[in-house]
Amino acid sequence: MTTDATVKARNAASLGRVRRSAAVDATAVVIILAAAALLYVLFPGSLALFTRMVAIMMLALSLDLVTGFAGIATLGHAALFGAGAYAAGILASKFGFTDPFAMLGVGAVAGALAGIVSSVVILRGRGLGQLVLSIAIVQLAHEAANKLSAWTGGSDGLSGIAPAPIFGLYRFDLWGRTAFILAVALLVVVFVLLRVIIRSPFGMLCRGIKQDPVRVRAMGAPVYGTLVKLYAIAGAVAGLGGALSAVATKVVGLDSLSFTLSAEALVMLVLGGVGKLFGALIGTFVFIWFEHLVAAINPFHWLTIVGVMLIVVVLFEPRGLTGAAEALWTRARGGRR
Amino acid sequence: MSLLDVRQLRKRFGGLVVTRDVSITLGKGDRVALIGPNGAGKTTFVNLVTGHVRPDGGTVLLDGKDVTRASPTARVRAGLVRSFQVTRLFSEMTPEEHIALAMLQRLGRSRRIFADFRSMPDVVDEADRILSLFNLSGIARVPVGAIAYGQQRLLEVALVMALKPKVLLLDEPAAGVPSADIALIERALAQLPADLAVLMIDHDMDFVFRFARKVIVLAAGGVIFDGTPQAVAADARVRQAYLGSYADDRGTA
Repeated sequence: MTTDATVKARNAASLGRVRRSAAVDATAVVIILAAAALLYVLFPGSLALFTRMVAIMMLALSLDLVTGFAGIATLGHAALFGAGAYAAGILASKFGFTDPFAMLGVGAVAGALAGIVSSVVILRGRGLGQLVLSIAIVQLAHEAANKLSAWTGGSDGLSGIAPAPIFGLYRFDLWGRTAFILAVALLVVVFVLLRVIIRSPFGMLCRGIKQDPVRVRAMGAPVYGTLVKLYAIAGAVAGLGGALSAVATKVVGLDSLSFTLSAEALVMLVLGGVGKLFGALIGTFVFIWFEHLVAAINPFHWLTIVGVMLIVVVLFEPRGLTGAAEALWTRARGGRR
Repeated sequence: MSLLDVRQLRKRFGGLVVTRDVSITLGKGDRVALIGPNGAGKTTFVNLVTGHVRPDGGTVLLDGKDVTRASPTARVRAGLVRSFQVTRLFSEMTPEEHIALAMLQRLGRSRRIFADFRSMPDVVDEADRILSLFNLSGIARVPVGAIAYGQQRLLEVALVMALKPKVLLLDEPAAGVPSADIALIERALAQLPADLAVLMIDHDMDFVFRFARKVIVLAAGGVIFDGTPQAVAADARVRQAYLGSYADDRGTA
């Protein structure tokens, strides 16, 4: 009887931990929504910028899955973002399917497919080889999009994208309010899903692969198949981000498929903190905001200033901004005790 | 009925024969030690049996099924599990997560994307039971990178146990463990299920002789002795190939 009671107590405690994780997720969602509401009220003229931030956040989240959780080095992650953007854009401008959710769905599927294709190539290499293969992928994708100008508009970009109103009711207005609200809603859904995924058995397996793939194989679990699956999920997230940017800006340019964007996404992730999901959001927000501010002050040397900021972060807080915040938080709590 | 039946296993690297017609059988509950001097081919033998190296000849039967061509992960799923000489654990994950992940893999649930092991009572219960069996309950939720090496070795054994193998290859389970903690490892090994077939590879003679009921000695790629721990020290060929001064020490002590 006593053992029965202890088992019950233990299971209850375990479920309590599940509930606490859910509470943390709920808090994160509240923070995201509050920040979004604040930006909406304080900067009604910059909603287009914030929508772009959210699209890039999806790219950074996707990169965090692959690099932060599974330890795959890549400098070609924009290929997945661009695949989503072009798929959504081509669907609307060439085939006339302008329903925003159809565009987002097709973008996510195209991103997932691009993820599977690039993982099959990238996972052939290790370390530096992996990096080189990932750069090759994004360069090839960039060149293909450039050459297929009948479909992609080449270097002029793909225009003529006119998304229909959401549910046939909410038009995409000039100030970008609808697009911003859509973006925040998508972000919240994606963020919560990813939080669930990284806690799942599959997510544990991915974290295990990052730390010791030999041990994972010795447990009888597949390494390659798991990583391809993770890449498909990451691709869907990045593709969704790309499609969101196509829906919101109504154009798709070659820059969405570039090495530069891939490298910038990695910088944002390192800035915010790798392997925490929240770091991807903070890093993207700070990077793009800073870029926006500094570029307005000094359009010629803003990259230098961004570079200096990055050096400072990596030297003084290698765990990124979220790592610094965590350290402050534990110190504050320790001080109170 | 033998659980592991290795027949006439052969392997050469270029002109060097590293495994020469080695045959070993393990049945339910067997505790066999595989010893031999450095370069005897112990590591290659383990790699051949686990599937990391392709043999040039011979067969490996696991519970009656031919797994000679099967991949390492397929062999693990069929019940042939190994531990590592150098601890291989996930440094940022907790002991509880290690055991849970091993169990989820065994139960075929490690692919689930929308699930949480903490809401699976069977997994939580068994993980807790295994951890307390190895006295690891107190550190169940501490990242492995922050726990002592001896405890990591214990977790290595616990992890293997959570996979519920039929045949277990223990590669130097006491390697690098301070001698004060060896008793802990021995106690952990005593907790292994009685019907499990265990093949232990080790150098520490006293340790091997306390654990094994049968000893196989490998030298220059071939089996030169197969018998009881009591008989091994008396065997002239083994003395010559391997034990040397150790056997004499035992004699005088």
